[in-house]
Amino acid sequence: MLEVCGLATRFSTAEGYVQAVDGVSFHIDEGETLALVGESGCGKSVTSLSVMRLVPSPPGEITAGSVLFEGRDLRGISEREMRRVRGGSIGMIFQEPMTSLNPVLTIGRQITEALELHLALKGRAARDRAVEILSRVGLPDPSRRFDDYPHHLSGGQRQRAMIAMAISCNPKLLIADEATTALDVTIQAQILELLQSLCEEFRMALLIITHNLGVVARYAQRVAVMYAGRIIESGTADEIYSGPRHPYTKGLLSSVPRLDAAASTRLTSIEGEIPDLANLPEGCAFAPRCRWAVDRCRVEPPALVSPNGGHQAACWEQDRISEDHSAEHGRS
Amino acid sequence: MTSETLRIDGERGALFASDGPTLSVRDLRVHFPITSGFLIRRQTGAVKAVDGVSFDIAPGETLGLVGESGSGKTTTGRAILQLQRPTAGSVEFGGVDLTGVSAKKMRPFRSEMQIIFQDPYGSLNPRMSAGRIIGEPLTVHGLAGDKDQRRDRVAELLERVGMNPAMMNRYPHEFSGGQRQRIGIARALAGEPSFIVCDEPVSALDVSIQAQILNLLSDLQSEFNISYLFIAHDLSVVRHISDRVAVMYLGKIMELAPSAELYENPTHPYTRALMSAVPIPDPLIERQRERIVLAGDMPSPINPPSGCVFRTRCPIATDECAEIVPELSDHGNGHAVACIKV
Repeated sequence: MLEVCGLATRFSTAEGYVQAVDGVSFHIDEGETLALVGESGCGKSVTSLSVMRLVPSPPGEITAGSVLFEGRDLRGISEREMRRVRGGSIGMIFQEPMTSLNPVLTIGRQITEALELHLALKGRAARDRAVEILSRVGLPDPSRRFDDYPHHLSGGQRQRAMIAMAISCNPKLLIADEATTALDVTIQAQILELLQSLCEEFRMALLIITHNLGVVARYAQRVAVMYAGRIIESGTADEIYSGPRHPYTKGLLSSVPRLDAAASTRLTSIEGEIPDLANLPEGCAFAPRCRWAVDRCRVEPPALVSPNGGHQAACWEQDRISEDHSAEHGRS
Repeated sequence: MTSETLRIDGERGALFASDGPTLSVRDLRVHFPITSGFLIRRQTGAVKAVDGVSFDIAPGETLGLVGESGSGKTTTGRAILQLQRPTAGSVEFGGVDLTGVSAKKMRPFRSEMQIIFQDPYGSLNPRMSAGRIIGEPLTVHGLAGDKDQRRDRVAELLERVGMNPAMMNRYPHEFSGGQRQRIGIARALAGEPSFIVCDEPVSALDVSIQAQILNLLSDLQSEFNISYLFIAHDLSVVRHISDRVAVMYLGKIMELAPSAELYENPTHPYTRALMSAVPIPDPLIERQRERIVLAGDMPSPINPPSGCVFRTRCPIATDECAEIVPELSDHGNGHAVACIKV
């Protein structure tokens, strides 16, 4: 349904161009949940903003690639048409609901505005539909909340109001950019369970952008891991978690403390720091932090390749890493 | 470097008269007054941020303090350090009750008790070099003699937290988040503390950096026998680092137990819900886990529910829970739970 191909976005800075997204390709099918995972600065948010054509320009600029949504390239359509897509067939929710909600409009008005624009619903019909959606997202007492302003609501309630806005026009695809990161775990669980039930009910596709590997394990069918502007590994959640083929993915998984792991185990951290995008090493961007790196890694950047079906990794030494991982964990 | 070179004992050792716990907190309360009226201000209510919290921390032990935002965990940490004067209760550090001690008399304790903050960007003075940030506590507490000694000590501290001593002339903006947090740790170590409040020290960091800092904190603890109060909202991180864990909700401790015991056998309904809400990074395990999704939000600490503060969201609450305020009672194995239903 959504097919992103070779997407590249760069920003112009005082030190020259910074390639925030460098040839990213992925696809999402109807009703499917894909997680885009990575640490800060890896380009996961810029990828989603590029899909929606929301990258501020200047300094940002999408330089290459195509974004096919239901057979249409979103890069080629007019800004007027693009506005019909945003909030219509593609909904978006962000990390900080307060910056996405208009503080001087009531919650209800913000939803009915979208309904008027995209579904041509007016007056009573729009209000009824908005109240119905607010109750659907689990906001208590929705007909009263309709007339509340964003500052009347708690963090979790605002996030629900924002989800209500995003799903009000029955989107085919919902992009959730760190949508639950700022929330407490019990509220995070409420929101994610809600999103999952919406996906099942309306066959809505979901693109989760997050750094939380636990959330990914629970909710995503497929996973794409990003590092320094590129997808470095992609596959089903089972493939990625049980048999990572890229050293960065493997490192991430072993550096997360787990709720079900005894306290005595020492965390295996990835040495070094996240690279500076303006000053990337030649060859593989992860090579300076990688303990499997060989000479080839320092000169030639590896492409995302698939040795066995869908599970792809961008690493020259991926077979060795995969073998090491199976040896350590006793399952393949 | 051994612990002897870092911990120069002398008069400072006299702070510890007894062999009891490093820290003993009893019935700690912090209430923030709410006032109204113009010119004549009257107190019309109070935010009960911390409402009757008690625990001990042994030398070299880590007590994890978990809870959601607004549960009062940060205020507890600040009240222990007397950065926020408690409304009631006592905080005994090395046998001395700090709650009545004047600001001047707090001075010697200030080097013994340190804090590491969540935000590595907000907690370092942008106009000071890393060397000055770390060196200042040495001067204030008279821990370094002349300029050269101070410089050597700063270099030693930087090295101990895994940084290049040559970086001491750089300013905070030149460092990454992980490096800044290391500087914050070096600054705390400079006072040769026996107790550190770690207030969400890794929440602002990326996963790969978070692991480096957690490992560093464990190493420092075993090397210098420092006690930690480790405040965090991430239950997985807390399990990893803590010997014992206390779970807070709306200013009160709901459950307190040794780490393994709490995570294997969570007893309070709030703890159980909290644990089940944390996803485990393994899809095979995740699919089989049972989830307890709590309804609603945490009530306001201005007007907490009567009886048990958790009862409004509790799946097993009955009418009785609105009447009785549950006490933290012993369930064996050092496991204490504040619930009348379990």
